[in-house]
Amino acid sequence: MTFSQKNNSEKFGFIGYLIIAIFILLALRLWQLQILQGKEYRRLSEANRLRIVNTPAPRGIIFDRNGIPLVENSPYFFASVIPDEFDETKIHLFSKVLNIPEEEIIEKVKKSSNSPFIPVKLKAGINFNEIAFLEARKSDLPGLIIEVEISRNYLYKDSVSHIIGYLGRLTPTQIKDPAYKDIPADIFIGQWGVEKLFDKKLRGSPGKRIIEVNALGKEIRLLQEISPVKGEDITLSIDINFQKASEKAFGEKVGALVALKPDTGEILSLVSNPRFDPNLFTKGMTSEQWLAISNDKRNPLLNRTIQSQYPPGSIFKIVTAVAGLQERLISPDLKIDCRGEIKYGSQKFGCWKSGGHGIVSLHRAIVESCDIYFYEVGRRLGIDRLANYARSFGLGEKTGVAIAREKSGVIPDTQWKINNKKQQWYLGDTFNAAIGQGYVALTPLQAAMMISTFANGGTLYKPTLIRDDQPVASGKVNMDKETFNIVKNGLVGVVNEPGGTGISARSYYKIAGKTGTAQVIANRSRLKYLPEKYQDHAWFVAFAPAEKPEIALSVIVEHGGHGGGTAAPIARTAIEEYMKIIHPPAVIQHNEDKENNEDIQTTP
Amino acid sequence: MFNIDRRLLKNFDIIIFATVLIISLIGVMTIYSATRPIGDEAHSVFYIKQATWLALGIFVMLLSVTFDYIWLGRLSSILYIFGVILLVIVFIAGRIGLGAQRWLSIGPLSFQPSEFFKLFYIIFLTFKFSEIRGQLNAVLLLKLFFTTTFFPFILLIEQPDLGTALIIIALFLLIAIAKGIQRKIAILLIIISLISMPFLGNIFWGGLKEYQKSRLIAFLYPESTHSTIGYQINQSKITVGSGESFGKGYIHGTQGPFRFLPEKHTDFIFAIFAEEWGFAGSFLLLFLYFVFLMRGMETALKAREDFGKLLALGITLMFLIYFTINVGMTLGLMPVVGIPLPFMSYGGTALLSNLIAVGILINIKSRRFELFH
Repeated sequence: MTFSQKNNSEKFGFIGYLIIAIFILLALRLWQLQILQGKEYRRLSEANRLRIVNTPAPRGIIFDRNGIPLVENSPYFFASVIPDEFDETKIHLFSKVLNIPEEEIIEKVKKSSNSPFIPVKLKAGINFNEIAFLEARKSDLPGLIIEVEISRNYLYKDSVSHIIGYLGRLTPTQIKDPAYKDIPADIFIGQWGVEKLFDKKLRGSPGKRIIEVNALGKEIRLLQEISPVKGEDITLSIDINFQKASEKAFGEKVGALVALKPDTGEILSLVSNPRFDPNLFTKGMTSEQWLAISNDKRNPLLNRTIQSQYPPGSIFKIVTAVAGLQERLISPDLKIDCRGEIKYGSQKFGCWKSGGHGIVSLHRAIVESCDIYFYEVGRRLGIDRLANYARSFGLGEKTGVAIAREKSGVIPDTQWKINNKKQQWYLGDTFNAAIGQGYVALTPLQAAMMISTFANGGTLYKPTLIRDDQPVASGKVNMDKETFNIVKNGLVGVVNEPGGTGISARSYYKIAGKTGTAQVIANRSRLKYLPEKYQDHAWFVAFAPAEKPEIALSVIVEHGGHGGGTAAPIARTAIEEYMKIIHPPAVIQHNEDKENNEDIQTTP
Repeated sequence: MFNIDRRLLKNFDIIIFATVLIISLIGVMTIYSATRPIGDEAHSVFYIKQATWLALGIFVMLLSVTFDYIWLGRLSSILYIFGVILLVIVFIAGRIGLGAQRWLSIGPLSFQPSEFFKLFYIIFLTFKFSEIRGQLNAVLLLKLFFTTTFFPFILLIEQPDLGTALIIIALFLLIAIAKGIQRKIAILLIIISLISMPFLGNIFWGGLKEYQKSRLIAFLYPESTHSTIGYQINQSKITVGSGESFGKGYIHGTQGPFRFLPEKHTDFIFAIFAEEWGFAGSFLLLFLYFVFLMRGMETALKAREDFGKLLALGITLMFLIYFTINVGMTLGLMPVVGIPLPFMSYGGTALLSNLIAVGILINIKSRRFELFH
């Protein structure tokens, strides 16, 4: 007892203060974690525990106008691996079984920034044989699983490819685009054609499964399930049987065909040649297949019906004739002596027929497609009046069928030339425009819209790919009955009268039409045999039957020479096939003669 | 030796007893929730084992109040030698086995000898210090270090049980300071430890196992995502923080049963409690520990003679160190060191030896007015 209590307490009294300090420190830290940052930590703990799994919604089905499905949803299988369970020593086995290089597997597994419990896709589009093979060897391949997604099967393969388009994953630019922010990165969405244009409608809304998982990623229980809502179906205006018939009529040539229903503007068929198989895009294609498509000089991915614009050539004379008559600047009796060319200042303007047509009236000028006659009509009209008529046919602007990047075509006038060419308008420009050359340019769809609008008497219906029985007219051409009849009789003559340029389209149906030649090189010397790539494009627009039109169409054959030669027979075949489809000949029905319609499915 | 009379009962520190009992019961309860099964597994028996150990521990604790603690001083050398022998056995067994081994199995029972060694060490250490009369000089201090601490320290480092090794060094220094050393020596010690730190640091780092290194790295860079090093610290903070003000409710915590937080019923038991009871509950729990530790200090201050003072102080300091490191680690203030939370973490040996230590504290407190025999 040599030391006093007081003395001793001084020596370790500081420990009491230490305890108080530690208590305060820990309490403050608790306050910080639980009160100040508690909300965030609560969120993190929920994120730990809850996993949201999207269940894809079945996509809406695309039907043709008669209810025939053009696509179906099909399961699409992936061989995937769960990185956490993956055993690197077994990599040669994975490589052998899946037939992909070891380095590729390593890279895919290592590169995955996700949780090691989220599967990494190793091989896409495996077939049933491969699945059976993999399932049988599952025990040798740790972490291997088969994943399934909903994809598309395009039942008509390359047919309607340019209309329907295809599905694909989000592109890198789309991933950054806020418009796509709600779409999970690994889902298929419409990337082209109708699939893209109506993607929102077709997509439906994906379902959700909120599951509770433990730290090992093991599913503990299902907390909430929201069923996916199937996307809406879409009924197209296309008639698939006619579409196939049109494609068959077109054959292997390069070009486009658009057929419309004149009284509604519905697109009945839309052909852009060459075509591609959209299944390649959804099923994953090999690099050879991709190179074959992307390096093809004929450019199968180009939708020529809306993405290509051509000078319309003589098919534009329909507009010129209507404008001239309606403005009372010419009468059907006006006669002009065609001597093969006229001079204007120092320039010469020729007729396609070098010897000239002699003295022609309007009717013969249409039938024989005399350029000299229409130079005069154009001169009397002036470009601005002609351009106004052209615009009333819906030309010079996009039709709104946005299944690809649509071109608007060109309807030039004086202001247009000042704006775009920094030059004033010359009369020579009017001459060229009057016969559809020079600056004038149309897409095949616009050409079809023009002839369709004329055929129904001048009511402009914007073309549509969706079946629509009650269309809303979007314009009216200033064209009275008399004008209509004069020009229509001319168009009937083109196909049916001797000397008509479209005589090769003559059929047992009364077809009215107009040929056209789009010059590839202007003012060329009159060489008989040009290399194909310098040959003119051949146009033909037509409607039938002439008295009560049920179909109007445009055909363009690239480098096809004169419209009468290559385009008109295609138009005739297509029209005949369509008429057979909508009015099946009674004889065939009674005799059940399958020979004549073996290529064509009867619609239910 | 056994001497239970009215005065002893009157002076029995019911507050120490009650706080420890409540904390231990909270421990069993939290172990039950932390190890509850998700899905159709069977409930693990951890909480039953812990409750059994608790019942046994309370009995032994009360038993260790009955005799005069002076006897502990008289037996301290024997206890110490017994403890060192246990460590040597573990050390040899660990060499035969692989890696760290802190367990000894005797039949169906397995226990952690270092838990008991701690207690024997404190008794021996404080007894040796209490024998010193007058000023503590450098030679004496060195002599004491080699007789009490050096050998077990080496054994524990080699075992390796880094946590316990560092704690006995810390206890030695703190008891020395509390006993009263010359200011010169205190300054010298501080300078020596400062100078040797880089060397020690190197040896220390080189001697660390891979998992110990990654724990340190994880503490320094907890958000590093390239590896799972920071995982435990992050998950522990998430577990505590997600409790918010009033907690998710008992049996409603998710971090433990879903296995996001490892060591949920042992080293991270405080986090599980904080998750289910929120700031309100955790603050109360901290307060219980605070009351207990302050009572321990009071015991040390009021003890009737030097050995009692130092022994009570040593025991209280041990609890303080364990408590601070464990809760500090759980709250992300310290590196992950495998140190249990006294009375709450699952572990029978630790609970038993801790309750015996509490018994000794109560013993010292109860006999503060007694005269020497």
